[in-house]
Amino acid sequence: MKNWQNLLYQTLKNDGIKIFSYVPDAGHKILIDNATKDDSVLAIPLTSEGEGIGIAAGSYLGGSKAVLLMQSSGVGNCINQLSLIKHGQFPFFTIVTMRGEFGEGNPWQFAMGEAVIPTLNSMGVSCIKIEKEEDVESTIKAALTMVFKSERSVAILLSQKLIGAKIF
Amino acid sequence: MDLLDRKKAIPILIGDNKRFLIISGLAGPAKDIGFLTQESPNTFLFGGAMGGALPTSLGLALSRPKEKVLCVSGDGDILMSMGCLATIAITKPKNLIIICVDNASYLETGGQISHTGLGVNLDMIAKGCGFPITHKIVTEDELLKGKQILDYNVDGPVFILLKVSKSNPPKYSRNWNAAEEKLKFKKNLIN
Repeated sequence: MKNWQNLLYQTLKNDGIKIFSYVPDAGHKILIDNATKDDSVLAIPLTSEGEGIGIAAGSYLGGSKAVLLMQSSGVGNCINQLSLIKHGQFPFFTIVTMRGEFGEGNPWQFAMGEAVIPTLNSMGVSCIKIEKEEDVESTIKAALTMVFKSERSVAILLSQKLIGAKIF
Repeated sequence: MDLLDRKKAIPILIGDNKRFLIISGLAGPAKDIGFLTQESPNTFLFGGAMGGALPTSLGLALSRPKEKVLCVSGDGDILMSMGCLATIAITKPKNLIIICVDNASYLETGGQISHTGLGVNLDMIAKGCGFPITHKIVTEDELLKGKQILDYNVDGPVFILLKVSKSNPPKYSRNWNAAEEKLKFKKNLIN
C-alpha cells in the first residue's frame, strides 16, 4: 500500500469531504477502497463522470463537501455539465488520474489526456498537476482551501510520474 | 383517451410545494415549477447543463437526509442522464422523489418526438434499476395515487412517470442567474 495515497485520503477526510463519487481507475484504487470501507463517508460509483458534477453541486446546496474521482478520459464526459459549475459559480473539486502523458503505452489515451488542461481551463476549472510524492499533501490542502474557502473550481491532476504508467 | 394537461396535473400531484426541496430540470419543467412556486427559496431551476437535474437532486438528497427532495424533470433531460437512474437506485436515498414530466417530445426545440414517444418506458427502466417504488400516471385515478405516494412517508427513492399531453407549460418569466438562485437556496437552508 502506497503511503501517499492513504495520506491523500486522510487529508480529504480531515477537511470534511463526505461524498466521494467516482468512475473506477487503477490510479484511484486505494482512495476508492478507503472511501468504500469508511462508514463515515459515502462512496458513490457513477455510470459516467458527468454525474459527479451535479452530485457535487447538489451536495454544496445541501451543505456537504464532495469530490469527484476520475481518470483523464472521463474529463471529456463532464464538459457541458461544468456549465452548472461555471455559470452558477459553484465550488467544485476533482482529482484526475492522468493517462496519455509520461510513459503512456496505450495510444488511445493521448487524445483526451492532452485535452484535459485546455478543456478544463476553458470551463473555468483551474488545474494543478502533482508529479512528486512529497507534494501531495501540501497541494491537496492548497486545492481544498481554494475550493471550499474561496469557492473556486479546481482539478488536481495526478501525473503518471507519480502514479506510474500502466504496463502494456 | 386524452392525456393529462401538465398545467393541471403537476399542481395536483405536488400539492403543498413548501414541504419539499425542489430541483427542476431545464425547459418545460422549469416553467412548471417556477410558475407553481414563484421560485420560492426551496427551489433551484436548471436552465442548461442538460442531464444535470438527476445527479444534483441526488447530491442534495444525500446531504439533507431529513428533508424530502423532489426532482421534477422532463423525458428529454432524464433520457440524457439515464445512467444516473442506476446510480440513484444503488445509492438508495430514501428521501428522493423523481417526477418525470413525460410529454414524449422535445417541446422546447420544436416538438420533435423523443425516445419515450417511440416506445421507451422510463418507469420500467427505473424499476429495472432497482427503484423500490415506481408509478406511472396516465389517468386521473393514477394521478391521485401518485399524490398519495408524495403525501405519505414512503421510503424512496421513488420514480413517478407523469404522462402528459403536448400542451405548453405555464408562461413564466424566470431568473436565469444560477449563481443568485444558488445563494437564495443555500441561505434558506441556513436560516
